[in-house]
Parts: sequence; structure tokens; C-alpha cells
Amino acid sequence: MSDVAERVKKIVVEHLGVEADKVVDGANFIEDLGADSLDTVELVMAFEEEFGVEIPDDAAETIVTVGDAVKFLSSKSA
Amino acid sequence: MFDLTGRKALVTGATGGLGGAIARTLHAQGASVAISGTRAEALEALAAEFGERVVIAPCNLSDKDSVEALVPTAEEKLGGLDILVNNAGITRDNLFIRLKDEDWDSVLAVNLTAAFRLSRAAVKSMMRRRYGRIVAIGSVVGTMGNPGQGNYAAAKAGLIGMSKALAAEVASRNITVNVVAPGFIESPMTQALNDKQREGILSDVPMGRLGEGADVAAAVAFLASTEAGYVTGQTLHVNGGMAMI
Repeated sequence: MSDVAERVKKIVVEHLGVEADKVVDGANFIEDLGADSLDTVELVMAFEEEFGVEIPDDAAETIVTVGDAVKFLSSKSA
Repeated sequence: MFDLTGRKALVTGATGGLGGAIARTLHAQGASVAISGTRAEALEALAAEFGERVVIAPCNLSDKDSVEALVPTAEEKLGGLDILVNNAGITRDNLFIRLKDEDWDSVLAVNLTAAFRLSRAAVKSMMRRRYGRIVAIGSVVGTMGNPGQGNYAAAKAGLIGMSKALAAEVASRNITVNVVAPGFIESPMTQALNDKQREGILSDVPMGRLGEGADVAAAVAFLASTEAGYVTGQTLHVNGGMAMI
């Protein structure tokens, strides 16, 4: 597992209070991990803080699964 | 009860009569207060009166960039923000039929749009810390209407709807959003009334007196307190009974 994926999953586990084994690449924040829309905004804010990047609104809208977040953040922090 | 020790508050329009009273009360309850306004001298005088636990954050609320910078500035100077009081307001009264577009726009910009931008900025860090109190100062006019104040009444009514929507969104984050709606309050504006006008107003107020800034400030302090944590999306009318709604 890449470093980015690990950091993303840690944030998701902490923020949503879900078990780590449920936080797989294909897991949808809202449908699979029980997030509400405000949670997804907070996750994006947490990712921004952790990775020191800015995630514009139109990009944030495309981040719906754990894998989406890992992919986006890997491309930014590469 | 209602102890605000350790809390950090931003009050807009703090150089006005009402804003000054609100800042004084929050400060007296123990909060550190960022006072905002356009008149630097008046801000400095108020800060000197407080002595400690006060910072000055000048801001022109009709300027977008100035508004966007205010919450980050206050957060930086105070080391966070727990309480936002959107108090600043202006009037540009005229009969509706004579109300100019620019008088409509400027009243909406300062009284409603600035409150929107400040609340949007404040709620971001409040969400992170899972605590926040946002209080907007509305007016009885926002519920009852008033001749000559179509723009002002619209803005004040707008604050109520906006606060309810935001309250519903952030309640799960332990953030409350409420409105305090004053009636007739002693101010330079009401002091300019002649005896007959004053009598006319007082005949509508069961309490038989105009309100004081401190009456309104006490309501704000309550809604800003930890104890008011289960009160959200509400409008608290402070009007001596002139409108029981």
C-alpha cells in the first residue's frame, strides 16, 4: 500500500469512525461508509490539511470513493 | 451559568451602540473578543476600555475582500473562533416606491451578504473543532415589516431564513445558529425622536420603555453560551412585548 493510500485511509477511519477493513479502494464514502454530505466536505478539508494541497470544488465532487481520493492526492503530491 | 471564559468571539459593528453593548457583555462574561468596525478610533477606544482579552479587526463589510479576510484575521489574532456575532447593519430608508437600486443593494450587501460570507468562513473551523455559536442580529422589522424599510426588512428576514438553513446543516457538528431580533432600542436614532413620536412608540410596548443595548446583549450572551447548546435555528425577540411572535 502506498504512503498516500495509508494516510487517506487513516483519515477516513478517524473521521467516519468506521473499521479499517471496510476502507477499501472501491468503498463509496456515502453509500458504503455511512458518510453524509457534510462528512464528505469535511473529509476533503482533512485531505487538504494532511497533504497541504487545495482541492477545488469541481475536483472535490469527483472524489466519491476512497480510491478516488488516493488517486487524486497521489497525482497532487507526486 | 453562561460563563464564556476561554471562548473567542468576533463581533461586527462593535463601534455601534448595540455592537458595543454586545462586545462588552461577551467580554464581561469572560470571552476574548475581536471587535470589528470601520472607525479605527472608536475601535481603539473600546479596546482601551477592555484592556485585556481584546483585539481589533477593522473591516469594511461592503467590500468583499475585506469581508473574506475578517474571519481568518480574527482566528489568527484570537487563536480560534467559537462565537460569531453578525451585528453590523446599515439603513438606507425610503418609501418603497422611491427606493433606489443602490440603497437596496448596499443594505443587502452589508446586512445579509456579509453575514453569509462571515458565517461561511467561520463555520469551516467550527466544524473542525465540533463547537460553534453563530448569532445574527435581526430586527422585529424582519418579521413585522415597517414602512420605509423594504430593503432593511428584506435583509433582516433573510438572516432568519439563512440562519435556519445553516442551523440544520451544522447541528450535528455541535454548532448552533440563531437570530436575536430587537424591537425599539435606545440609540442615537431613537434619541432623536420628539416626545410625541416617543409616546407613540411606547404605547405599542407593553413594557413601557425602550430597550437598552444590554437587554439585547444578554440575549446574545445566552445564545453564545455552552448552556444554549440545544437551541438552534431560533429567533429570540427582545422587544418589551411589542410583538409577541
